[in-house]
Amino acid sequence: MIAIIDYDAGNLASVERAVSYLGFKCIVTNNIKTINSSERIIFPGVGAAGAAMNSLKRLGLDSVIKQAVINGKPMLGICLGTQIIMEYSEENETPCLKIIDGFVKAFPPDIKSKDGSRLKIPHMGWNGLENIKKHPVLSDLHEDDEFYFVHGYYPNPNDSEHILGTTDYGISFASVIGFNNIIATQFHPEKSGRPGLSLLKNFCMWNYG
Amino acid sequence: MLSKRIIPCLDVREGRTTKGIRFENNVDIGNPVEMASFYYEAGADELVFYDITASHEKRNIMIDVVRHVAETIFIPFSVGGGIRDVDDMRNVLLAGAEKVSVNSAAVKDPEIISKGAEIFGSQCIVLGMDVKHVGESVKIPSGYEIVINGGRKYMGIDALKWAVKAQKLGAGEICLNSIDADGTQDGYELKLTSLISENVSIPVIASGGAGKPEHLYEVLTKGKADAALIASMVHYGTYTVSEIKTYLDSCGVKVRKSW
Repeated sequence: MIAIIDYDAGNLASVERAVSYLGFKCIVTNNIKTINSSERIIFPGVGAAGAAMNSLKRLGLDSVIKQAVINGKPMLGICLGTQIIMEYSEENETPCLKIIDGFVKAFPPDIKSKDGSRLKIPHMGWNGLENIKKHPVLSDLHEDDEFYFVHGYYPNPNDSEHILGTTDYGISFASVIGFNNIIATQFHPEKSGRPGLSLLKNFCMWNYG
Repeated sequence: MLSKRIIPCLDVREGRTTKGIRFENNVDIGNPVEMASFYYEAGADELVFYDITASHEKRNIMIDVVRHVAETIFIPFSVGGGIRDVDDMRNVLLAGAEKVSVNSAAVKDPEIISKGAEIFGSQCIVLGMDVKHVGESVKIPSGYEIVINGGRKYMGIDALKWAVKAQKLGAGEICLNSIDADGTQDGYELKLTSLISENVSIPVIASGGAGKPEHLYEVLTKGKADAALIASMVHYGTYTVSEIKTYLDSCGVKVRKSW
């Protein structure tokens, strides 16, 4: 069973639908026993970092997630979930879970593309991946594959070893991060068509260790 | 770099896709769930559904359509048409839409934008704007006025001022429809699109007037649009999404080429 962590951070049904569509059993839950007994964890989320951290603490899930990571359980972070595993977010000046060292930063307000045109914030739409490291969950990517992003902040790990892929939006930012049993994407694989579903499927079958 | 999005738009009445010109003479063109699946496979980057069901009693049919679409396609889609309050927004989002689009209700009560953004997040809230060219005046300095009821009712609101205000209230995106161009297939309203897009920081989807791939090229470059809505040119098989993208790619517009 795959536990999709429910912490009042947006509509999680789309993640559940995609995982079920791929034929894997999953449950959207905030029950600590269910999460502890799950085979793997998906940590999604849409919204603001401050409110999300408050919900996690209120539900007692901050320590549950950290423990699961230490125990070696495979975990996939998505969007806000990916930012929350960092040390600190500039959004609402929020101390986060500190599973990966480094800050979550806001896109600078005046970012421009290479041709000099002004870029809009949030970064919303389809974009590609570069500098992809070899990883079982990222193994089926094609060269031109793109993923669906919606975000105004991005994770910035201190250790480049924790950056598994980058994306260009005026700046080059870490769009896939992780180490050991954790992988986390700033984009939404559940909304990214074939390449997104393929990434989700690889995660659901990933035997870490 | 971010790709420009190509977004087929489906008007749905009582559970069936229809298409009309300037909101009139609608004809049945298919099952919305099947069409969604077709466009998903064909490389559409996103889909937009407008519920144009007239009777409020029959609106639950749309929620069923949304639920089935969400089980079938794995790209974002938005739903608009007849969204009156936060409960209507919630129903559509819970049924599986990524975004919800408000139009007339926001003109009548702009707070629906801020309430929706606060509860569901700005990324969920699309402001739909129906706009007509009326010429510059003291009341309408941009020369573009907000209209509702399919273009029949003039609201005395300047389109540019409204766009800026909606962004402040928390709209995450604007779907900008030119009533003058809608259904004509003569090209998008480029001046209107660039005016709005250059004066807001949120993405603008251009709508109304797409007839051939060159029109998309114009609105995504000169028109400064972040995305382009298409309907008739793909609904009747005149072009495929893939053909449009191949053309845009050959002109140097960044589009998603792998799906």
